[in-house]
Amino acid sequence: MLDHVLDLSRAQFAMTAIFHILWPILTISLSAFLVLVEVLWIRTGDVAYYRHARFWSKLLVLNFAVGVVSGIPMEFQFGTNWAGFSQFSGQFIGNILGFEGAMAFMLEAGFIGVMLLGWGRVSRGVHLFATSMVALGSSISAFWIMVANSWMQTPAGYSIVDGKIVVTDFLAAIFNPDMVWGVSHMWVAAIETGMFVIAGISAWNLFRRRHPEFFVRSFRLALTVLVFIAPLQIWLGDSSGVSVFETQPAKGAAIEGHWTTNAPGTGASWSLLAWPDQKAQRNDWSLEVPGMLSVLGTHTLHGQVKGLKDFKRDDQPPAIPLLYYAFRVMAGIGFAFMLLAFWTAYALRKTRGSIEALLAQRKLLLAWVFAIPLPYVAVEAGWIVREVGRQPWVVYGLQRTRDAVSTIPASSVSLSIAMFLAFYVVLLITFFVLARRWLRAGPDVNIMPPATLPGRTAQAKAPTVTGY
Amino acid sequence: MLADTWFGLIGLMLVFYVVTDGFDLGVGILTLFRRKSTDRDVMVETIGHVWDANETWLVVLGGALFGAFPTAYALLMEHLYLPVMALIAGLIMRGAAIEFRHSVDHGPLWDKVFGIGSLIAALSQGVVLGKVITGLAPGGAAIAFVVVTAIGVVAGYCLLGATYLVKKTSGAVEQWARRMSLLSAMCTVSAAALLTLATWFSSEVGHVRWSHPAVMHVLIALGIGSAAAFAFIMASLYLGSSRGPFRASVALFVLSFAGLAISVFPDFIPGKLGILQAASDAPTLTFMLIGIGLVFPVMIGYNLYQYHIFRGKLAGSAHAGE
Ligand code: HDD
Ligand code: HEM
Ligand code: HEM
Repeated sequence: MLDHVLDLSRAQFAMTAIFHILWPILTISLSAFLVLVEVLWIRTGDVAYYRHARFWSKLLVLNFAVGVVSGIPMEFQFGTNWAGFSQFSGQFIGNILGFEGAMAFMLEAGFIGVMLLGWGRVSRGVHLFATSMVALGSSISAFWIMVANSWMQTPAGYSIVDGKIVVTDFLAAIFNPDMVWGVSHMWVAAIETGMFVIAGISAWNLFRRRHPEFFVRSFRLALTVLVFIAPLQIWLGDSSGVSVFETQPAKGAAIEGHWTTNAPGTGASWSLLAWPDQKAQRNDWSLEVPGMLSVLGTHTLHGQVKGLKDFKRDDQPPAIPLLYYAFRVMAGIGFAFMLLAFWTAYALRKTRGSIEALLAQRKLLLAWVFAIPLPYVAVEAGWIVREVGRQPWVVYGLQRTRDAVSTIPASSVSLSIAMFLAFYVVLLITFFVLARRWLRAGPDVNIMPPATLPGRTAQAKAPTVTGY
Repeated sequence: MLADTWFGLIGLMLVFYVVTDGFDLGVGILTLFRRKSTDRDVMVETIGHVWDANETWLVVLGGALFGAFPTAYALLMEHLYLPVMALIAGLIMRGAAIEFRHSVDHGPLWDKVFGIGSLIAALSQGVVLGKVITGLAPGGAAIAFVVVTAIGVVAGYCLLGATYLVKKTSGAVEQWARRMSLLSAMCTVSAAALLTLATWFSSEVGHVRWSHPAVMHVLIALGIGSAAAFAFIMASLYLGSSRGPFRASVALFVLSFAGLAISVFPDFIPGKLGILQAASDAPTLTFMLIGIGLVFPVMIGYNLYQYHIFRGKLAGSAHAGE
């Protein structure tokens, strides 16, 4: 019976996490973007930036709502479905989640009301401060949750007393070997996602020739960020990969379909495409580049890369083809992003800033529109690599997933899975219906900043703004 | 000592959560009883800027409990699987509805989702409370107890919500909220009295803990305080004060809560798990105290600031309480 509960709980955690992560990545980047346009507005006095702030913040509201409501199940699931895990590692994981709530979520929630409803009640400076706190809060939240998750990948700074974790060195635990790569790769993924959404929506409007003077600004801003961040992300991904081969060799071998350890003095060959077969413990077929895996995985010519066969079946991750292809999808998208960003920057340079010339690049604009879903796909693929690749451990090398699960009736879990599924369908549909309305309504290109009140105090009589 | 400090801090977070989210859940439940959609708009508008921060106290509380008392967190969540899931369902419905209803010229559907979500959240919190007090015991008496706590929590949240509306609205909505305040105050106090008697006569807590003279004295003082708060609610409603009823309701909540905390004190879950036995080790508790304790005043500060910016009765909006 427990096996059944284990599988159901895994399915539920996977489903809720895969759904939750869709939203915060946009919250993180969109709120940072709003800070940018508000700063530009205050610095240049150009009211177009104010209009951008108002336009994009409507998307943020919709997105934020779903992010918050989908985050709450995550927090309580640790206890409801993974009581074994919570007791075992609560001293660290719980501690970090407490930090996240107190330092990040409350900051975000405490200022988002002012940010959305406070126009005209507070001065521009205070408004910018509120927006910055929302952006800061969402990034801090990414930081702490990634600290928690990276500790599960590469636990450090602990000892085990009475079958439970006791933290012996908090700094070592927080700055565990995977933390820097995990946090930075995730955060940059979030920024990249937001920039692709902003650029893609702008490109769609440019394609339709709706408010081109308005959307060319957001398109340019997003593109400028991407030119820097797309290559950065590839470098961070590569570094994460090297760290994986070092700290979680079984995961590394699984994402590369690598079965046999290379002999000393030779390089391990890298399979570009293959079909890994876990039953036979080899690849059914494979397109190989000799010697390449040592270069990719260890950044040396003959570095040793452990093959999966060196691990007991019980210690190998499951679903090797899933891991193998999820990794390729993510990396492929990463390279495609860099290409698209560079290409467009080059094309724009040739047009010397003329809007007409940009509008004539119809195919390029469409490519940006079609790119909107891709960062989401890359993020989900990356998480699958990370979390399925960690199996069969929930805390790598310390606690197996099957020892982490709660003793609860399978029927309860089935019920909650059905409930979440129903909510997610409704939330997704509603989100898209409302986002479509927002997109169709377009920006209000005539809106003027409200007369701001001097200083920090607002009047009780200030008009209430409904509907943001 | 450290564990007791954390017990106190978590209790404080719980008070913040129950009072703040209590009033906005209460407003949510009350929207179910208002036919005119413009009235419901006004009611929701009074909480539009704070509901998210209020709910976040629950998230902070969850994290702190998980970190400071992992065993209690695991035990509670595991044993309260269904009520916790129901709570989550209520919060999802309510959170989505309150944001989505803003974005469109909405029909009554989102309002219903909002009200029902609030009701489900309040009911499931009542169930959780009842289950904790009864030490997760099975059986008919425990079920009856849990039913009364669930009703009591709903009534109490309605009291907070209605008195908050008295403070924030004017005109017809305010008049109606005054009547609802009266009604829900009676219900809350009756439920509380019933629960006190039940605890006294039939539970472990009543027999063992309350028979300590020191505990008994504090409880009697709290009881007198609660009675005074109740009288104050009634009087200020009668006299037409706009802020008094809400303040007195908050006082009533805090006093009852203190009574509860004193009653369970040495145990996290009565008869099941002592505080020390449930706690993390000292370095973790200290580390958390630095990370969360120091942020605590800051959190309260900017929450107050947010209330300050949107203070006063709703005015100037197209349909404020007409
Ligand atoms: C826009 C999103 C995006 C893009 C373009 C990439 N990644 Fe990524 N990747 C993520 C988004 C992501 C992620 C969702 O953010 C993950 C999952 C968890 C994490 O920390 O980052 C991740 C995880 C992740 C891992 C697993 C780390 C672990 O299991 O501990 C590796 C090895 C890589 N990435 C490597 C790459 C490479 C080599 C890329 C490009 C060539 C790349 N990623 C592009
Ligand atoms: C939001 C992005 C995330 C996604 C998409 C994600 C995805 C997944 C998936 C697919 C699984 C199931 C793996 C399997 O059983 O084969 C899983 C399990 C799990 N993840 Fe994550 N995860 C995310 C973030 C996190 C974070 C930040 C934490 C910890 C702080 C975490 C903790 C866990 C735990 C405890 C399990 C259950 C045990 C297990 O199956 O290993 N996850 N996650
Ligand atoms: C599996 C582990 C996770 C848990 C337990 C979790 C928990 C939560 C909770 C409880 C909320 C609601 C907060 C509120 O009430 O304001 C939330 C929202 C949020 N989460 Fe997660 N989360 C997880 C994964 C992630 C990851 C991987 C990231 C980012 C890298 C992230 C970033 C955020 C952000 C920025 C928000 C704020 C608002 C929004 O979602 O739009 N979370 N999360």
